[in-house]
Amino acid sequence: MSAAAFYDLDGTLVRTNLVHALGFFARNQQGLLPSLKKTLQTAVSVPMFLAADAYSRKVFNEIFFRRYKGESEDRLRYLAAELFEDVLKPAIFPGAYQLISKSKSLGLKQVLVTGALDFCVAPLVEHLGMDLCVANRLEFVGGLATGRLLPPVLAAATKASWIRTYCEAQQISLNDCFSYSDSMSDLPMLSVVGHPTAVNPDMRLRATATRHDWPILDLR
Amino acid sequence: MRARPRRKLDDSVTYIDSDSAPRILFYGEDLWIEDFPIGTRVIYPRPPIQGLANPQAAIRHALNHPHDCDPLFAQLSPGMKVTIALDDISLPLPPMRTPDLRQTICEILLEMLDAHGVDDVHLIIANSLHRRMTEREMRRMVGRKIHDAFYPDRYYNHDAEDPDGMVTLGETDHGEIVNVNRRAVESDLVIYVNINLVPMDGGHKSVGVGLCDYPALRAHHEPQTIRECDSYMDPGRSALAKKCDRIGKIVDEKMNVFHIETALNNRMFDGQIDFLMKNEDEFTEFDRLKFEGTKWALSKMPWAAKRKLLFSIPAAYELIACHAGRTEPVHAKILEKCFEQYAVKVEGQADIVVTGIPYVSPYNVNSILNPLLVQVMALGYFHNMYRGKPLLKKDGVLIIAHPCYDDFDHQFHPSYIEFFHRLLPETRDAFTLRDKYELEFAHNPSYIEMYRRGNAYHGAHPFFMWYWGENGRQHVGKVIVAGAVNAHVPEILGWERADTMAEALAMAKSYTGPSPEITLMHHPPILMTDVS
Repeated sequence: MSAAAFYDLDGTLVRTNLVHALGFFARNQQGLLPSLKKTLQTAVSVPMFLAADAYSRKVFNEIFFRRYKGESEDRLRYLAAELFEDVLKPAIFPGAYQLISKSKSLGLKQVLVTGALDFCVAPLVEHLGMDLCVANRLEFVGGLATGRLLPPVLAAATKASWIRTYCEAQQISLNDCFSYSDSMSDLPMLSVVGHPTAVNPDMRLRATATRHDWPILDLR
Repeated sequence: MRARPRRKLDDSVTYIDSDSAPRILFYGEDLWIEDFPIGTRVIYPRPPIQGLANPQAAIRHALNHPHDCDPLFAQLSPGMKVTIALDDISLPLPPMRTPDLRQTICEILLEMLDAHGVDDVHLIIANSLHRRMTEREMRRMVGRKIHDAFYPDRYYNHDAEDPDGMVTLGETDHGEIVNVNRRAVESDLVIYVNINLVPMDGGHKSVGVGLCDYPALRAHHEPQTIRECDSYMDPGRSALAKKCDRIGKIVDEKMNVFHIETALNNRMFDGQIDFLMKNEDEFTEFDRLKFEGTKWALSKMPWAAKRKLLFSIPAAYELIACHAGRTEPVHAKILEKCFEQYAVKVEGQADIVVTGIPYVSPYNVNSILNPLLVQVMALGYFHNMYRGKPLLKKDGVLIIAHPCYDDFDHQFHPSYIEFFHRLLPETRDAFTLRDKYELEFAHNPSYIEMYRRGNAYHGAHPFFMWYWGENGRQHVGKVIVAGAVNAHVPEILGWERADTMAEALAMAKSYTGPSPEITLMHHPPILMTDVS
């Protein structure tokens, strides 16, 4: 079958989210005091992140990724392997492996479409045996993060747009494709394919999935 | 048409006369009352056979006096590996009062196994591709004591999609693949605890179907097999039963199966709703009061509350026979008892058969009878409730009473929704559906995970439901739904609709001619017809 399965990551295949990764980097600054300071800053920012995310994923991204400003690219990439082993790998939902395995056995291309950072998810992509990953990329100047994302920023509608473009390029029928997400913000990504599935959905997505007769899956 | 004298071969058959009372039909979760034309034949279930006075003693007797094998105690030795497989929540309907018969049997079995030093015991619900039972349902089925001792490690649902959980036992000489649950295959002894509600249940279907997987099930759950059943409630004339028997022979060669089969009487309703068991002509004033009260109360409730209420009323079934031993002789004995309870002798087929569709089927316990299941009840189960000849003449009219609401349970029946709204509008041809779409649904990763991790029926299950109505679809000329609340559900199913029963009968007469033989099948409780 010439088709693909598109997965959101945070909350869908793993129980962590972007804040966990930021928290991990904050805890692992060079020196105790910088680590403490950054961790506290991250902790107090959580309510703001939640509010921004509830308002708009675009606004959330602008505020959230500013926290990476000044981080060294080398260090982030180095810590990504540890982030995977310590944080992401234990957070993979047990059902995720079976879902991906069954999907692969059907010959579907496995594509991760995530708003997380590319270097953070690279080991996970390899671990899950994904064929392709499209993720957000931090802008680095002189080896340091600027706190901005390189376009196109993957979130909400841009995920759907990327999927559409990808399918056109690969001559894949969107109708035969699957997509999986836990969040209402990914409604466009779910709506664009023929086989959408709400995974561990929040209340809003559950209601929407029920209204549209989409399958609702619990991988937890 | 020449007038014929009416002959009654059975006390369960009555004819509507000028002073007959109106008849009560199930209309989904509601009750429908209707005056039928004079001359309408009404077939009632046979009265319940008296239950056995001491079910525990009957079960122990069966275990100690099995058919064609050693008594169970003589087959036990310390350290052996035993699997007890249990019928799932699709039997009996509605679920019976506690203690469920399976609890009674399991308590006796586990006591015996313990006394013989058998510790390695697993209890597996033989749900095949049905939904997994919830923990609450599982607890209710075997009782708190057994549940607490065995759940979840040693008391669980069969998983037909577990990549390591199935073993291929072989292939029949007709090419049917035989895949069975690994734990059962690797056990020294499998004890199957069956409840036989209709003659299609039990026998080689228990292990061969209850513990199999999708590739094995495809061999017989397919349209051609169902077309060749006349009917699937008559094992001697059922292609489905023949295939299951072939599979069962392989199972018996490779596994040691000790089969316990039971037959229940048909005491489905008692207490405040016992009027549903009676002929309306024999109603007392109190019965009428209870009926009016029930009808009024149901009419005031939303659908979900009606379902909740109706499923909270367990059936008062009683054990009428228990046999144990090798599968075939045991099944033959139980079938005899089943037919004694269910078969009603009737003379002549009908041009029009009328029946109400109740709120419950084997596939929607604690859930919604969605449109596909209405179809299964009408063209599958109720049409097939015969031996010899179908009650309805070839190309006759079947009138059912049901709202046919477009409502599905997203947790239990997710693949049904896609099947009904995406596939049926394209084609109703069972062979096309099988060839074009069955594999897609069966392998849909979302449906598989919902089956394995949630409580959903397998992705392929709606196809089996459609095939289940296949011999009915070939036989019936027209289906009319009286009281359908919308037009599109009957249309998708290929049926016609009418607002009232009188309108439905008038429509039917325009098809059959002006003086049709009309028969009302007054179930539930379950009845079968022996048509001469």
